[in-house]
Amino acid sequence: MPLLWLVLIVLAIAAIGYVVARSRALASTGGESRTLHSLPSYYGWNAAMKAAVPAFGILVLWLLAQPFYVNNVVSGMIPESVIDEGSSRNLVIAEVRRTAEGIEQALNAGVLDPTLANDPNADVAEITARLKEAGAIVTGEITQIKLQAAQSYRSVSASGGLLMAALVILAALAGAAFAIRQTHPNFWARNTVENGIRYLLIAAASIAVLTTVGIVFSLVFNTVEFFRLYPFTDFFFGTQWAPSFSGRGGSSELGVLPLLWGTLYISIVALMVAVPVGLFAAIYLSEYASSRVRSIAKPLLEILAGIPTIVYGLFALLTVGPLLVSFFGDGGWLGVSWQGGGRAVITAGLVMGIMLIPFVSSLSDDIINAVPQSMRDGSYGLGATKSETIRQVIIPAALPGIVGAILLAASRAIGETMIVVLGAGAAARLSLNPFEAMTTVTAKIVSQLTGDSDFASPEALVAFALGMTLFVITLGLNVFALYIVRKYREQYD
Amino acid sequence: MSDASLNAPRPKSSLLTLNARTKKRNAAEKRFKAYGITAIAIGVFFLAVLAFSIIRSGLPAFTNVVISVDFTLSQDEFDAAEKELFKTKAYQGLFNAAVKQTVADNQIDVAFEDDAIERIMGKTGGIIREHYRANPDDLGKPVAFELPVASRVDGYINGRVTRDTVQDSRFLMLTDLDLVDGLQEAGVIRNAFNWNFITGADSGVDNPGGAGIGASVVGSFFMMLVVLFLSLPIGVAASIYLEEFAPQNRFTDLIEVNISNLAAVPSIVFGILGLAVFIQFMHLPQSAPLVGGLVLTLMTLPTIIISTRASLKSVPPSIRDAALGVGASKMQAVFHHVLPLAMPGILTGTIIGLAQALGETAPLLLIGMVGFVARGYPDGFIAGFTEANSAMPAQIYTWAARADVSFYEKAWGGIIILLIFLLTMNIIAIILRRRFERRW
Repeated sequence: MPLLWLVLIVLAIAAIGYVVARSRALASTGGESRTLHSLPSYYGWNAAMKAAVPAFGILVLWLLAQPFYVNNVVSGMIPESVIDEGSSRNLVIAEVRRTAEGIEQALNAGVLDPTLANDPNADVAEITARLKEAGAIVTGEITQIKLQAAQSYRSVSASGGLLMAALVILAALAGAAFAIRQTHPNFWARNTVENGIRYLLIAAASIAVLTTVGIVFSLVFNTVEFFRLYPFTDFFFGTQWAPSFSGRGGSSELGVLPLLWGTLYISIVALMVAVPVGLFAAIYLSEYASSRVRSIAKPLLEILAGIPTIVYGLFALLTVGPLLVSFFGDGGWLGVSWQGGGRAVITAGLVMGIMLIPFVSSLSDDIINAVPQSMRDGSYGLGATKSETIRQVIIPAALPGIVGAILLAASRAIGETMIVVLGAGAAARLSLNPFEAMTTVTAKIVSQLTGDSDFASPEALVAFALGMTLFVITLGLNVFALYIVRKYREQYD
Repeated sequence: MSDASLNAPRPKSSLLTLNARTKKRNAAEKRFKAYGITAIAIGVFFLAVLAFSIIRSGLPAFTNVVISVDFTLSQDEFDAAEKELFKTKAYQGLFNAAVKQTVADNQIDVAFEDDAIERIMGKTGGIIREHYRANPDDLGKPVAFELPVASRVDGYINGRVTRDTVQDSRFLMLTDLDLVDGLQEAGVIRNAFNWNFITGADSGVDNPGGAGIGASVVGSFFMMLVVLFLSLPIGVAASIYLEEFAPQNRFTDLIEVNISNLAAVPSIVFGILGLAVFIQFMHLPQSAPLVGGLVLTLMTLPTIIISTRASLKSVPPSIRDAALGVGASKMQAVFHHVLPLAMPGILTGTIIGLAQALGETAPLLLIGMVGFVARGYPDGFIAGFTEANSAMPAQIYTWAARADVSFYEKAWGGIIILLIFLLTMNIIAIILRRRFERRW
């Protein structure tokens, strides 16, 4: 892997720079480190930093920019006439890329002759056969134009890689040489190094911002692409969710309302389980329980929060679903036949509620504990019992915070994926019956995107619009909840 | 009630005898307390049910029913079988003869047809052939084979299938069970610990017996390596900046708001990010642990930053002042004094963040870790990052989503392994905290 080698070479240059600069600094004062401005190791670090940081910066930027350039070159080689009806330029480019990767694979396997691989007039059938022999994935038909595009894709990528390696190594050497030349007893090495580290720290902190930017961009770009293919009024106000399975057909109905309703319904069921249980548990733990009970019960409840959601998903699918069917299903113990199958709103809602109990309880616990003791004492002084104090003094005082906690739990419920994928079913419908299977935004994101790598059809792109919807809703809920919680905290600080 | 009681003066209320109103209030108090206890009991009850169903359904995955047969293949037989058109079928015939011999040796007096052996053991020819091709030295020597039986027979021995529920089919005939009983009594068929489940790889949709979680544990391991080596340095650097150096300005506020919001973004959105940026845009290999690790890194960073900041904050300012007082620079004070003291807390937070990342499934679904069947271990260290592989939670999901019910048991078993890893990590974190945490 040449990239790994490149990284190792740069690191080696940095290490050599460290040693040389350090010894040069010491030598310049005849081994007397006291007359240097900084400790000798700072001169070394200066060289190592100047060698490695710009080189890695160039490396990362180049790796990000090269696909753009290569795509441009390849795209320029493909005339409009080659693109089939119902296909798009991106799809053709993806095919070209696959062909190029296939050629690489075939060359590595030794079944393809290098001269044949680079011959623009090579027999297409021959190449296809060779690629298949090497086990490469050949989806579309390889035409002469695609072959030539793939060949230039390879050559541009290869020369780009070479150029990058040369540039990166040159940058590392130049940085090291510059730093070694700087090494001088009066050079402020420590300040320079510390400044550099400061910038590295800022860069690390900015990654959080970059992540958000990345999320927003990846959602927005694909969502805009989706709305170009599918009218957004139909998406936001459509009451039918029926993607066509033929793939590239245009007959899909992609209305988000049934999905939003399913999400909302399941979340409501979950909150109806989690809020009473969590709230009463929090009240008991913070107001009644002895410290011994508290030290046992609180961690036990918090275990529920540490269990991965896939476990809850399986629990819903294989334990809770069949159990509920044996109560409410046909021939069940209750003698009603409300529930048809294990996958239902109530299954997913119940299990999600269990998952959210510790979430509600530990947040409310913090908030109830933050109510000042003086308010309790005042209430007891007036003769109120403990429960009256809790109901009439503590809960009203803590209410904004508790509402914030519930909103945070709701945003968790809306964004939860594995439980609904496994427990809620796949049918999108607008219904009030909790024993019916419904589906959610997150479950549909998974089913529309799993196993797909080229996104050109509205059926795949709709997942990004769904993701955008989800992101906006959860973000809004979170910002609002945190605002409430923070405002409430300030009240008693 | 008589008139006299109405006209009588109201009895003086006493603190010693409770009046109706007080009784009502006390009852309400008791009820309220009972609600609290019930709530906790419900929570603990759910936990117990969850634990019980995991253990009850998952333990069978760790054992499998094997049939042990001594088998000798001579060089001539090997050569002859290799020349056949249907090679595995040739081996199958030879092996079936050995099974018949075993039945006769054990004096099991059951009449059975030849096909019964294949129905009980499944198609064994491939396994036998693989063994002798890999170990040609075994030719001519007796080898004790322990092969898993077919999943329905497995179910019969473990009680999932009974004689009443078996329907004659080409998979299993009722009469085969007599032979199974006989073999079990003779000790030829028995329950054994299923090492293959721990060390093996996924076996594809039609062979639940051979499915193992080993390859996906390796996939998870490489993913966690990526997460550890990216999120620890980046998270610590970001926290140091925010906690020790950041000036109060718009940019700092922006970062802080971003971190607290990212911590609450649904994990599936990170999956979309990974799909769009790492796979669609940067063309990194699909289903590779590298991509999974990158996505999980972005997801864990907020957790690590929040806990690291808390532990940096808990180092008292006097340490910094003392360092600055003897002439250290701000950077030296932080890196030489504050950071080492905060390290136990940082490591605890990192381990907890890693444990969270290890159990996360939703983002992995989107970067293609589910459509892929991990049939083997990656070859080599670098291939471990870049070759398509599965990860533990993704593997569990794959099994749970398969039509064959026998995979459910494997999914529960996988969950036990996953929870063992999580438990170990959390215990390490707790021990670290107990041993090294300082109260100032």
